[in-house]
Amino acid sequence: MNGLDSLFINLKAWILDLPWIPEKALPLVSMAVSISAILMVFPFLFAMTTVVERKLLGRIQNRYGPNRVGPYGFLQWAADGIKTLTKENVVPRSADKIVHFLAPLALLCPVLLAFSIIPFGRNMTPIELDAGLLFFFAVGAGTELAVFMAGWSSRNKYSLLGSMRAVAQMISYEMPLLLSAISVVMMVGSMNLNDIVAAQSEFSGWIPNWHVLTPWGLLGCFIFLIAAMAESNRSPFDLPEAESEIIAGYFVEYSGMKFALFFLGEYMGLFVMGGLWITLFFGGWQAPLPFEWLQWFPSWGWFILKLTALIFFFIWTRGTLPRVRTDQLMALAWKFLLPLSLFNLVVAGLWRFSSEVAVIGQVVRWTLGFGLVFVLYVAFGSQFGTGRRFARRTYKYVD
Amino acid sequence: MDIGFMLIAALVSVSGVAAVSFRNLVHCALSLAVCFAGIALLYLNLGAQFIGFAQAIVYIGAVAILIVFAILLTRSSEPDADSIWSSGRRWGIALALAFVVALFGGLSEGLDKTGGRNEVTVKEIGHLLMLDYLVPLLAIGVLLTSALIGAVVIAMDDSNEGGNGE
Repeated sequence: MNGLDSLFINLKAWILDLPWIPEKALPLVSMAVSISAILMVFPFLFAMTTVVERKLLGRIQNRYGPNRVGPYGFLQWAADGIKTLTKENVVPRSADKIVHFLAPLALLCPVLLAFSIIPFGRNMTPIELDAGLLFFFAVGAGTELAVFMAGWSSRNKYSLLGSMRAVAQMISYEMPLLLSAISVVMMVGSMNLNDIVAAQSEFSGWIPNWHVLTPWGLLGCFIFLIAAMAESNRSPFDLPEAESEIIAGYFVEYSGMKFALFFLGEYMGLFVMGGLWITLFFGGWQAPLPFEWLQWFPSWGWFILKLTALIFFFIWTRGTLPRVRTDQLMALAWKFLLPLSLFNLVVAGLWRFSSEVAVIGQVVRWTLGFGLVFVLYVAFGSQFGTGRRFARRTYKYVD
Repeated sequence: MDIGFMLIAALVSVSGVAAVSFRNLVHCALSLAVCFAGIALLYLNLGAQFIGFAQAIVYIGAVAILIVFAILLTRSSEPDADSIWSSGRRWGIALALAFVVALFGGLSEGLDKTGGRNEVTVKEIGHLLMLDYLVPLLAIGVLLTSALIGAVVIAMDDSNEGGNGE
């Protein structure tokens, strides 16, 4: 509970204490402070991510990446921002103007709303909702309609097809996403995200009681991660933006700032999904080790650190994995993730009702738990095996 | 009546009327989605978090999408040439008025009995669903599952059975 940890809370209290703010306006000012904090931090993180992503992808693909604007190209985001702001806004003549205009907003607003329930640090949840997790999925429900609006209103058959494809993908992956999150709700007994963080605050020796370190949590965390990547159109599930093969998708007819809004909405969705993933399975803002000398590090710092590591992981997978085909995408959702997440609920139930057993029982419980998860994984994963063996790749012109 | 309720009620009414008066069916579906969102807001305004969010998930996330897909898969998105007024509109209006009268008649007695807001936590709803109302919940689950299987059976095309498989 040092000053660094409660820095932002004190800052907000200081702003609310300013003498010239009338008593009646305090709730509004409090809201505005929280909103502007979210609106400043995450779009900036987005700007940084675009640069770091291009640099890292360049490194992975053995090229330079942006290196002209600013030191090592790290001001590229400013140049990109000015470029998109000044670009011409082209709307197709036969487009449905109003819906075409509303679609990017309808995508971005729910995503920004979802940030309001994530616990960013100790006592740093913008809104503490009893049904916080449900709120997340409720606001997320609007994004599918926004994608459809974008594709339909452009009056372009490719964008309509692309939007249908994207909506089908989002609907398919919403099921495993929800089901894997429900396993956490089952164990904690609450949908309040602060309760979920508090449930992971203990340590067993040096090891934190994070949900990822339990059998059901391990499986659930991977299901949630894959589904979240697919839900936010992230590589290797970035079919909606496969511009070389199937000419992008629902946003082909968008240009300038509206296109940038789609781009922003996508990355914001990725961040908020990542934030929820960290909250559900990786202890939220909790420190990973119980040492005294780690106490100075603020809780929001841990959250940002975990989120940054996750973003790095996303960039890494984007640079490594090839894009999946549509049939593979659907098969993965319906034949692999959905049954796995359903069975994971059974594992979570068994885990919940065997928590009171003694030492030997605990050994059996852990072995059985991980064994069950492994068997399930192998059983449902074997259908995708091709029986091919991969030999080590040899390169002719690269050492 | 507070100002929040007035705003939401206006939103629901306007989008509800819009949902039946647009010429283009997709516009109708989108206004219907706005109407659903307004109803979810009404629930939230009453302090019913769980039902409000459930309304948003089920109606905006599933029903609206279903309607949109149904429109796109069954007809072209060009607006119909004929009038938006149905030929049996007199019966419809009469039925709607009768419904409103019946609602007012039923509710006017109960209106003063409803006390202040009663905030129910999700946990309480969960306990009720899983303990007191477990049998009805299971019955609904079985019913919906059988309806789902029935839909798949009806939609299944048997003509290709025993064909070339992959």
